[in-house]
Amino acid sequence: MILKGQKVSAGKAEGEALVSTEGISFYGGVEPEIGKIVEQGHPLEGKSVSGKILVFPEGKGSTVGSYTLYQMKKFGTAPAAIVNKQAETIVAVGAIISEIPAVHKIDIERIENGTMLRVDGDKGEVEIK
Amino acid sequence: MKLSKEEQEMIEGKQGNAVKKSMEILTALGEIFGAEELVDVSSVQIAGVSYHNLGEAGLEFLEEMAKDGKTKVLTTLNPAGMDLENWKALGISPEFAKQQELVIEAFAKMGVITTCTCTPYFIGNTPHYGEHIAWAESSAVCYANSVLGLKTNREGGPSALASALTGKTPKFGLHLEENRQAKVLVELNAELKSVPDFGALGWAVGNKIGNKIPLITGVKKASIEELKSLCASIATYGGTAMFHMEGITPSKTTVPEEKLEIEEADLEEARKTLNDEIEIDLIAIGCPHCSLGEIQKIASLLEGKKVKKEMWICLARPIKKIADQMGYSKTIEGSGAKFACDTCMAVAPLKGRFKGLATDSAKACFYGRGKNSFKTKFMPLEELVKEATE
Repeated sequence: MILKGQKVSAGKAEGEALVSTEGISFYGGVEPEIGKIVEQGHPLEGKSVSGKILVFPEGKGSTVGSYTLYQMKKFGTAPAAIVNKQAETIVAVGAIISEIPAVHKIDIERIENGTMLRVDGDKGEVEIK
Repeated sequence: MKLSKEEQEMIEGKQGNAVKKSMEILTALGEIFGAEELVDVSSVQIAGVSYHNLGEAGLEFLEEMAKDGKTKVLTTLNPAGMDLENWKALGISPEFAKQQELVIEAFAKMGVITTCTCTPYFIGNTPHYGEHIAWAESSAVCYANSVLGLKTNREGGPSALASALTGKTPKFGLHLEENRQAKVLVELNAELKSVPDFGALGWAVGNKIGNKIPLITGVKKASIEELKSLCASIATYGGTAMFHMEGITPSKTTVPEEKLEIEEADLEEARKTLNDEIEIDLIAIGCPHCSLGEIQKIASLLEGKKVKKEMWICLARPIKKIADQMGYSKTIEGSGAKFACDTCMAVAPLKGRFKGLATDSAKACFYGRGKNSFKTKFMPLEELVKEATE
């Protein structure tokens, strides 16, 4: 099944879906050295986002979060791709400067945690395999 | 989004990698927020300068962009994490200082004027009414849109840098006239007497209407220092990027139907909320950075006195140079008060060094509490000087 949305950041990636029902703040909410979500009480607290297709409604928090994503890419702890319901500046800019494929306007309720996904940033599509 | 031939070449990399990356950022933001085209900007203010906030990754990104990126328009910088010359006296570690200097070097290499102030409009980055600009720094964005009649969205660090290197920004939000109209009529039924009173108004309005654009009536007069204080406060507590003030701000607006009244009791609630029970061990003035008028006033208040507590005056270095020339610096430093140029109490790494901050800035109360775990006292300049010297 293919879910259609819009491009945020170019590139293609495949991987396992890690789905969050809540927004993610990369600055302060994620430990960039290890790629783990550390925000207390977050549904994904303690989970590693590295190499996953990270699916969440939208970004939140400080604009410094763009630089945190960039840092994760350098550490090799970044998600393989990002799928948003609605993109906002922090995650969009972070994905672009880090060259992480990203799409938005995706009906993310249809994606189950752990399923294999293929993200096409240029076409703005997510394929559920 | 429609791109001109030149813009198309930029995104294809014909002007280098930094411009390509910048155009990717700007066009992606444009697509996300429904812009139809890019618009030329005449001025940029970049935030994300303090190494405390940027970290190693932010520095690496800036160094990457500095390999072939050059500013196309006048670009100034937000405060850094330290006074770039006098950091030792203000207790900053050499390790932090070294990384902070690398950040500034990367910006300088790109042609950014490394002024490090949140008040670019006081030091010559002052476009004329109606110009499109791309500014970060929430208080300066609000001052630009409201007081100067400039047009800017609230930019983040990377998007402002992208505008600096291309001279463009996506045309949406506050770049469009229809989005600059007031949404709520705010009738003030109280008298504002000081800079903190305007901060209290910002707290009250920001908390009540969030980031909707207000048309504020009932303010008889306002100095630039008072407007600066209101801008910082309303942007901090409401996320507001613009307001209109009857008889004072220059932009036209329709009068909205939704109405809010602000009474003396609302201002009193703000003062109460921003005042903790605490022993003061740091007095800080200049959030946003002091104007020339404020420095002149501080010098006259401190003349012949000695401060008994740590007292910081935060300001842009060019303003300090004028203060040097006029002898104000001698008076102020002679009293034992310290200048903190290029930085401020909100972005310097001060956690654990002080407990009780006294300030005339509602914004400084917010960041002092949140980032540095201070308790706060909120009072006018004259009382701050009394607190410091008596």
